[in-house]
Amino acid sequence: MFSVVKTDIRQIEPYSLVAFFMSEFQENCPIETITRSASDVVCITVLASQIARTACPGQFVMVRVGNGYDPLLRRPFSIHACDQKNNSISLLFKVVGQGTAMLAALAPDDSLDLIGPLGKGFSFGNTPACLVGGGMGIAPLYFLASELAARESTNDHHILLGARNREELAPFVDQFSGLGFAVQTATDDGSLGHHGFVPDLLDAITPFAGTIYTCGPHPMMENVVRKCSQLSLPCQVSLETHMACGLGACLGCTVAGKDGYVHVCKQGPVFPASEVKWTL
Amino acid sequence: MDTVTANTRPDLRVSIGGLELANPVMTASGTFGYAQEFSNLLDLDQLGGIIVKGISLEPRPGNPPPRIVETACGMLNAIGLENVGVDRFIKEKMVWLAKLASPLVVNILGDSVEEYGEIARRLDQVEGISGLEINISCPNVKKGGVAFGTVPTMAAEVTKVVRRVTELPLIVKLSPNVTNIVEMAKAVEGAGADAVSLINTLIGMAIDAKSRRPKLANIIGGLSGPAIKPVALRMVYQVAGSVKIPVIGIGGISCADDAVEFLLAGATAIQVGTANFYEPAVTIQIIQGMEDYLRQQGETSIRDIIGTVRTGAEV
Ligand SMILES: Cc1cc2nc3c(=O)[nH]c(=O)nc-3n(C[C@H](O)[C@H](O)[C@H](O)COP(=O)(O)OP(=O)(O)OC[C@H]3O[C@@H](n4cnc5c(N)ncnc54)[C@H](O)[C@@H]3O)c2cc1C
Ligand SMILES: Cc1cc2nc3c(=O)[nH]c(=O)nc-3n(C[C@H](O)[C@H](O)[C@H](O)COP(=O)(O)O)c2cc1C
Ligand code: FES
Repeated sequence: MFSVVKTDIRQIEPYSLVAFFMSEFQENCPIETITRSASDVVCITVLASQIARTACPGQFVMVRVGNGYDPLLRRPFSIHACDQKNNSISLLFKVVGQGTAMLAALAPDDSLDLIGPLGKGFSFGNTPACLVGGGMGIAPLYFLASELAARESTNDHHILLGARNREELAPFVDQFSGLGFAVQTATDDGSLGHHGFVPDLLDAITPFAGTIYTCGPHPMMENVVRKCSQLSLPCQVSLETHMACGLGACLGCTVAGKDGYVHVCKQGPVFPASEVKWTL
Repeated sequence: MDTVTANTRPDLRVSIGGLELANPVMTASGTFGYAQEFSNLLDLDQLGGIIVKGISLEPRPGNPPPRIVETACGMLNAIGLENVGVDRFIKEKMVWLAKLASPLVVNILGDSVEEYGEIARRLDQVEGISGLEINISCPNVKKGGVAFGTVPTMAAEVTKVVRRVTELPLIVKLSPNVTNIVEMAKAVEGAGADAVSLINTLIGMAIDAKSRRPKLANIIGGLSGPAIKPVALRMVYQVAGSVKIPVIGIGGISCADDAVEFLLAGATAIQVGTANFYEPAVTIQIIQGMEDYLRQQGETSIRDIIGTVRTGAEV
């Protein structure tokens, strides 16, 4: 279960912990800042006091886009950062279609209708940690890294990040470095760090005895999982599927699990790699 | 804000073949899980009724992914009727569901007439169940996979078999994928249904032009959401004019005006489906909006507007 314990949660009586973690909220969240980078990556920070208070790394929110019927469904986004002091959370996403384009066009006077925090996030396993992120999959890993940095020394951990090119990756490197981590990088075009894919970087850190946390494009995660199973390392993966509700109601977000289907919005989005069926 | 006092509050109560509802707003099967999923986001006890995910005799794993795709003002789904099966439903879900104040209707499905009968028999005496809704949009395996809901005699047979094993109010949920929906409604009315609900999803398809692949693993799926409302409204209007049992309107209902339109067309109650996904508390908003509508129209009871669409002939 969840092992991310935050200071204010420690004061809550044990029996209320379950309800505390299980509850999601629908909040109308004023936008505080919205930035758009050259590579069409948008970061929106909203005031979301209830969600910020209870969110764990790896959890996500369902975002209503506009208020009409097209687009109809909410869009799922991982919680990229969570600032409990300021009651805010940030979402980081790439413009890939109608919904993300509409979200990118919002301004600080607008607000976002969010449901969250949803799903099961990362659980802290054996240290040290190794975070392996590719592309927009890096988004949820930043929240995880901030929690790690708040708990223990950043020296022991590994951060391996990859993207298509320097333009896309550099802002992430700055972010993680800002937390005090040393970051290793890979780009498809070699413009920053290793010329190749981020799972290649795993070779450089072995021998490693800790926990791998990964999020990114499916082929990348498959590679990470393959290496982890060769090295018998525990690995947690964050999966993406199309979702209609995010609440466990529509049963639309299935992926093949080790034995039978699993629902990403409720049993995930973070799974132990061993619970997911891979084509390794 | 609402400033109405208790005695000026419009009367929203309706009755569906023995099922007494505090208001006409129910949740549609498969779009509200087993209700618990929504319990943090709205007050379930305010709902007119709750219809849970379709239950089969044995657990069903459902279809391979991808199972859903968004379309213009709607969505396609090919969930494949994934559910925990009737026994686990009773054991694992009913304990919690039985505590709810709103009437609970269990939606059932099968691939043979006997299977429908057996599920109904097992649910019949379970405490906390107020009615059954029969989903006849399923293939009849023994009859070459033709959907029960597309052949009047097969739909009638299923209804009869279920009617025989239970006294619970019986709603038969009609498939819109037929040439003559009125004929289907009449067939199940004749076989003992207490009410009909319509429509289930319309069969549709989506293709990804770039990859030239269907967007659903199942290739085809059921279309739901605002896109199907005009079709649903037409079918409700036709059926309500042709049967004596109450009609429950379903299809794209997303706001109070939509719900009212179905009542004007002849529905006694309505179900909200896809809208629950993007607006979990939409049912509560619809109930409030219906009250406002009645006040604006100078009506005191929701029952007085049922079937009152002015088509010209009665003026
Ligand atoms: C748990 C989870 C967390 C996510 N976190 C992030 C994040 O932090 N940053 C980020 O950039 N993206 C994230 N995504 C992907 C994001 O949801 C999609 O990029 C987004 O929904 C695309 O919407 P659109 O309208 O722009 O695209 P369109 O292609 O127009 O969308 C059409 C439909 O497909 C769905 N869809 C399209 N692509 C995806 C996808 N990759 N995953 C799920 N649904 C998709 C949409 O939600 C919508 O229902 C996450 C997805 C999931 C499931
Ligand atoms: C994801 C999904 C699952 C559904 N599952 C069922 C089901 O199990 N049984 C059933 O009778 N109808 C099922 N339906 C149909 C709905 O109950 C409803 O009839 C239909 O979606 C039309 O209403 P709407 O446009 O308001 O969604 C499902 C619909 C959706 C979208
Ligand atoms: S998205 Fe609806 S069940 Fe997971």
